[in-house]
Amino acid sequence: MGGSASQLPRDLLGEYQELTFLTKQEILLAHKRFSELLSKEERESILQKRVPKSKILTLPELRANPFRDRICRVFSTSEDGDGSMSFEDFLDMLSVFSDSATSEIKSHYAFRIFDFDDDGTLDRKDLEKLVNCLTGEGDETRLSESEMDQLIQNFLQDRAVMALRPF
Amino acid sequence: MSCAATVYHTDNINSVHVCVRELLVLIHDINFLFLSVPTTPHHDCEDEEESEKEKKVTAKTRRGNARGRARKDSEEEEETRTAGQRRQRNRRAQRKQAGNEDSDSDSESCKNKKNRANQISKQQEPNEDGEDDNKGGRKGRGKNETKQEKKPDEKGKKEEDNKTKKDKKKKGSSSSDSDSEEEPITEEELAKLKEEVEEKKKLIATLRNKPWQMKKKLDVLKEAQLFVEKFEGALGKGKGKKFYAYKVMMTKKWMKFQRDFENFKTACIPWEMKIKEIESNKISSAVVRVCILYFWVLVLCFELSTFIIFWLQVLMGKPYGTLPRKTVPRAEERTAMNFATLWDFSGLAQYSVLFYGYYNNQRTIGWLKFRLPLSYFLVGVGTIAYSYMVVIRTMARNANEEGGGDDTSFNFSWKMFTSWDYLIGNPETADNKFASITTSFKEAIVEEQENRKEENIHLTRFLRVLANFLALCTLAGSGYLIYFVVRRSQKFALEGLDNYGWWERNEVNMVMSLLGMFCPTLFDVISSLENYHPRIALRWQLGRIFALFLGNLYTFIIALMDEINLKLEEEKIVKYNMTIWEASLYNGTIPENATAPPIHVDPADVPRGPCWETMVGQEFVRLTISDTMTTYITIIIGDFLRAVFVRFFNYCWCWDLEYGFPSYSEFDISGNVLGLIFNQGMIWMGSFYAPGLPAINVFRLHTSMYLQCWAVMCCNVPHERVFKASRSNNFYMAMLLFILFLSTLPAVYTIVSIPPSFDCGPFSGKTRMFEVISETLENDFPSWFGKVFSYASNPGLILPFILLMVLSIYYLNATSKSYKEANLDLKKKLQSVRMP
Repeated sequence: MGGSASQLPRDLLGEYQELTFLTKQEILLAHKRFSELLSKEERESILQKRVPKSKILTLPELRANPFRDRICRVFSTSEDGDGSMSFEDFLDMLSVFSDSATSEIKSHYAFRIFDFDDDGTLDRKDLEKLVNCLTGEGDETRLSESEMDQLIQNFLQDRAVMALRPF
Repeated sequence: MSCAATVYHTDNINSVHVCVRELLVLIHDINFLFLSVPTTPHHDCEDEEESEKEKKVTAKTRRGNARGRARKDSEEEEETRTAGQRRQRNRRAQRKQAGNEDSDSDSESCKNKKNRANQISKQQEPNEDGEDDNKGGRKGRGKNETKQEKKPDEKGKKEEDNKTKKDKKKKGSSSSDSDSEEEPITEEELAKLKEEVEEKKKLIATLRNKPWQMKKKLDVLKEAQLFVEKFEGALGKGKGKKFYAYKVMMTKKWMKFQRDFENFKTACIPWEMKIKEIESNKISSAVVRVCILYFWVLVLCFELSTFIIFWLQVLMGKPYGTLPRKTVPRAEERTAMNFATLWDFSGLAQYSVLFYGYYNNQRTIGWLKFRLPLSYFLVGVGTIAYSYMVVIRTMARNANEEGGGDDTSFNFSWKMFTSWDYLIGNPETADNKFASITTSFKEAIVEEQENRKEENIHLTRFLRVLANFLALCTLAGSGYLIYFVVRRSQKFALEGLDNYGWWERNEVNMVMSLLGMFCPTLFDVISSLENYHPRIALRWQLGRIFALFLGNLYTFIIALMDEINLKLEEEKIVKYNMTIWEASLYNGTIPENATAPPIHVDPADVPRGPCWETMVGQEFVRLTISDTMTTYITIIIGDFLRAVFVRFFNYCWCWDLEYGFPSYSEFDISGNVLGLIFNQGMIWMGSFYAPGLPAINVFRLHTSMYLQCWAVMCCNVPHERVFKASRSNNFYMAMLLFILFLSTLPAVYTIVSIPPSFDCGPFSGKTRMFEVISETLENDFPSWFGKVFSYASNPGLILPFILLMVLSIYYLNATSKSYKEANLDLKKKLQSVRMP
């Protein structure tokens, strides 16, 4: 796997360092992990390939995450909207989630992830889906209808429907 | 794992190489810059630039939007290589024919000329200049196209300004073909241009913060970089042009160096991979990181201190066996190499570099005339000062981050948006996390619904008072136990240690370690009476354990003081005996007042005075070792054996071992952190008297890190109730600071008020240890310096200075309070605006 380091050209590496919050080692590691998701033939042209969502979701870091679908969809730049990610999308995702990213960019993307219907606002339906994701898939852990109502009521007392900016 | 390790290591080495190379290139460029001849005529420099451009163009044609045009340009340039000025006209003419990039390319080429004229110093960077000048022509059009759609309005306007400027320049420069030195750039244009370049630079710096897609960011970055490259040279006109170009180049190189250094620093954090593994698989990410930070800081801090004196002494001082103080006395020689003696840190280990007593009190050693006693003193004081600085700086930084976000307001928002821990990668942990989130939601809902009346406030209060009383009893009990044990050990020492077995000899250390092992669990049990929120319960727990350790440590030190006094008295007796012994050597061989040839005595036979400093050092080293042993044993028994027991005996046991008692253990955050802090406190106390102690500690930290990692992965389960431990970060730092303060007190007291032993150590022969400073001032500095110093240390000067510092502290405190109030006011206003 040491050969993967030589496949990423140096100037491109420098640019990625400039544009993301990742260090050089992290970018190289990301390159390695991404190329493991591709088949052997596709590894040559890693920068042009898109990896389908199902493969991305096999990564252990995303496997247990309740928001994995939304994350893939938000960071994916594919025109079909199928959630497939290219290497640059992958880097974007890692950069936003890294420790050194600023809270502005994190909050921007967090808003987009929690906005389940992509309408630019967080309304009641979004919140319901959010709480259901947080409490897990099993029946015993879900909140009942009344509890859900109560929760959202309390939440909305804190603030009105939120739009992108004040978030 | 090994693959990752090799990547890590090679990257580490690469980063080092890159850093060093950057530095060297930087230095080389500085030299070259100042040596370069400024009178190269334009033609020649254009020549060079052209040829370089060609090379660079062919190398970098794969990039950019207009690849075809690049090749065309290079061909054109090859043709027009011959003459000087004609080249310019030809190229411009050809470009006019080539396409509709008229005005831009014209002005680009003019700009090119200007750039080249001004950037003579940039000959050392042919890459960027050559390529970008050329590409500037190509990119000009691309820039205009993409700019309209992508950049925000303000920047779009600026671009149009730029375009008009370029037009103006083209008109201006078309007349001055041959002579490109005097350009008609007015001052205001220059200023505007400078502003734009600055803005572009800022854009490049903040580009990673923009929530755009990568492709868009790449394009914007390239354009901005080109723009900056192109116009930067033009800015350095007039008097400071060379200096400006130099400054720009240095800034660039410095930023690149900084980035490489950051990479290097992250590569330097040890065990990074291990931490990430633990974080994703188990729990307590923030606290693990805290632990690691400690390890790192401590390791770093103390590697420094050990190296200086330790190695200098080893390298330059007289080796073992040459001086009496460096040799094992004849009486002990027989047992000097036994393992038991070595484990006890007496025998050979006692007369080694590890301890204070080994160091000679010669003023200078070696051919470098290194002042050993002075450096010993200064290093000791310096490490303490450095530790203070580091801890306080970290605290200040943490205080800044923690500022926002009070717990009570927007409770539900916080819960909804921030409860998920994105570092979880294990399905089991995820399930746990889901359950805990659900519980916390349900609790919050219920609490909101009914104001939960304290069912029985009196009962709770009574229970809490009872718990505190019990805790106090435990503390008092442990204090007394230690005092009793230390007294007993003194009695043993007086009667001669050989009469007693291993337990008696190590009683003090073992008792202290055992107390440290069992009392925290006792406190845990007591705290279950109290029924507090977990974070508050944790703080109480920590506070009590803190008091326990503190009490133990100070009792220990008081006992040590008694022993020191004993040794000091012994010294007087030995001094008296030594004079008798020396006289007996020369017995009858010297007439009075004659200088006799020194009789050679084997160093081992010289009677030795007692050395209380070494004794203190030994005690601390023994304490550290026994502490280490206790930790290891606790981990192995408490975690590993327990897990084995629960796993294998579960089948044949009456009740369910895994869910009831004892079950698997959780990672004990508070215990481990406190252990670390107290270990550090002991090191701080003991390192003045045992310079080798930090080195031993480094070794211990490494091994215990690996052991803990293995234990966590193998035997521990994730916590049931998860809470934000990171807010306690500053709390731990505050404890560390407090411990640091308390540890330096004994050391400082002994330095200032107890006379050093006459027969060992670098300060032997002086009345007080700090006299080494006054001695240095007299001998090594010019005489006026001593006078100045004596004036400065006049109490009449020192007291007003202290008064001034107290006043400034008071003033700063007052201003910070007023800022906090203003802050709160603003927050309230903000809330009231949002929710009318």
